[in-house]
Amino acid sequence: MPKQVFKRPEALKDNVTHYCPGCGHGIIHRLIAEIIDELGIRDKTVGVPPVGCAVLAYNYIDVDMGEAPHGRAVAVATGIKRARPDLIVFTYQGDGDIAAIGTAETIHAANRGERVSVIFVNNGVFGMTGGQMAPTTLLGQTTTTTPGGRIALRDGYPLDLSQMLAVGRGSVYIERTAVTSPKNIIKTKKAIKKAFQVQMNDLGFALVEVLSQCPVNWKLSPVEACRRVEEEVVKTYPLGIIKDTTSTGRLHKLIS
Amino acid sequence: MAKQLMRGSHVIAEAATRAGCRFYAGYPITPQNELPEYMSERFAQLEDATFIQAESELAAINMVMGASMAGVRAMTSSSSPGISLKQEAISYMAGMELPAVVVNIMRGGPGLGNIAPSQQDYFQATKGGGHGGYRTIVLAPYSGQELVTLTVKAFDLADAYRTTVILLGDGLMGQMMEPVTFPDPIDPATLPQKEWVLDGARGRDSRLIVSMLLDPVQMEQFNWKLARKYEAICERETQYESYLLDDALLAVVAFGTAARIAKGAVNRVRKAGLKVGLFRPITLWPFPGKELRALTRTIKHLLVFEMNFGQMVEDVKISVGEQARVHFHGRPGGIISTPHEIADAITKLIYRYEL
Repeated sequence: MPKQVFKRPEALKDNVTHYCPGCGHGIIHRLIAEIIDELGIRDKTVGVPPVGCAVLAYNYIDVDMGEAPHGRAVAVATGIKRARPDLIVFTYQGDGDIAAIGTAETIHAANRGERVSVIFVNNGVFGMTGGQMAPTTLLGQTTTTTPGGRIALRDGYPLDLSQMLAVGRGSVYIERTAVTSPKNIIKTKKAIKKAFQVQMNDLGFALVEVLSQCPVNWKLSPVEACRRVEEEVVKTYPLGIIKDTTSTGRLHKLIS
Repeated sequence: MAKQLMRGSHVIAEAATRAGCRFYAGYPITPQNELPEYMSERFAQLEDATFIQAESELAAINMVMGASMAGVRAMTSSSSPGISLKQEAISYMAGMELPAVVVNIMRGGPGLGNIAPSQQDYFQATKGGGHGGYRTIVLAPYSGQELVTLTVKAFDLADAYRTTVILLGDGLMGQMMEPVTFPDPIDPATLPQKEWVLDGARGRDSRLIVSMLLDPVQMEQFNWKLARKYEAICERETQYESYLLDDALLAVVAFGTAARIAKGAVNRVRKAGLKVGLFRPITLWPFPGKELRALTRTIKHLLVFEMNFGQMVEDVKISVGEQARVHFHGRPGGIISTPHEIADAITKLIYRYEL
């Protein structure tokens, strides 16, 4: 019998995803499922998907999942986690969800040091609704609502939410990664795993921002889209650890 | 248990705690601040309870949604403008069939309005304040003791029907101090197990709690399911009080604070020999329309008194049709009518229609 070296993670359902060709969501879903398997936490994990492209994440990631209104995922996650501190709670949110309509909830959850793990998928557009400008859209980038390109004077500047969250004392681990190459995918997996471990060790708020590619709305081929992330997007959103104070130990005691 | 003299907002908070509520999230807004303040102190004494002062009304109700998903009895409270902000999540919770208790200590409106006692949110509370077409059970207490019983009942109804229950009071209900007695506290561990909560897929398939149903067939089936649930609530849970109606020729119809005032007015005109009683809806949704219509076999004049410009009066008219004449007396600005003022309104009708 040949040895099985590759299989579907137990925490990943046997469904074909609805994502467009070249989209990063499928990769990130799989990484989360692998991590849940490796940490052995499938039976105590609860996920909160966003409103956006990944709204159907619960069709793929095989753990208990509860839907949140647009942008409110981390407030819902806060309620779950505080009510049941023994559960491992994560949110999975796009940049429209977390950095536009859900900015307030996210900043305050981070500031309170909520013991939740946030996976923030940044592809620079509102994907599900057809590619409108997001707060994260690059200057000059063409979207369906910035037909001549994003102009700072009219549309504001690309919002670096992760940097903002790093300022507050409640966040203990924030890293930005990408899923454009095997090397970057491995780094993303390591980062997301750490975000879960930060929660399991009761340290504080953890977030991984994953730069993802949206070939359809960017009107690029999947390969060109990956290249765009590596050559252009990282100039505005550099990869790497943004904040890591986990070595200093538990930030404060989680009440309840 | 001995009687205690307590402020209405504190009564709700204490009754909720005794009902097994173990999660509260709220945001400051007058005239209900005493409720979260009490809750923060009370929950600090309990190991298994969570109090969060949220950054916004939106965050507060969404935290309640999360706690409810995790199976805990959860509550938020606010006042009119804050309740408007919570409507998005209340709609989601209707779609996800999540239990929650929402206290609205109403203020005058629209907009920022004022903080005086008002019943301006009747439409919002009873007609489904958010999008998508749903119902919430609405309970309207009119005394300190009823704040106790209806708060406890709110949690039981929320769990039984997996729905939001709104406890609808006003500044007067929230601030007034009355002697009350409380039931013994319920240990949350003794409450019936919920078979749908998100607590990790241990020895079972993973569960979903979602409101998005993209397939029109599924959506239609779900909405019919909701409709059947709402019908069952109408059949089983309608609650009202009849006061001195047996020989009455005119009935005052009022809820909450307005009913408390109206009762005083009825007592006053009864002393003068006028045959007047009070019909008091305790559940505003479901509205006791059938019971009200039954009254019109003998009572042909109804005086609806509300602390607004006339909202419940529409439900009264729908209920009684042409069977009785419906009159209205309203104070929509936060002016608290005296029993004398209502007695005067009653007396005028009695003379005008020779009742």
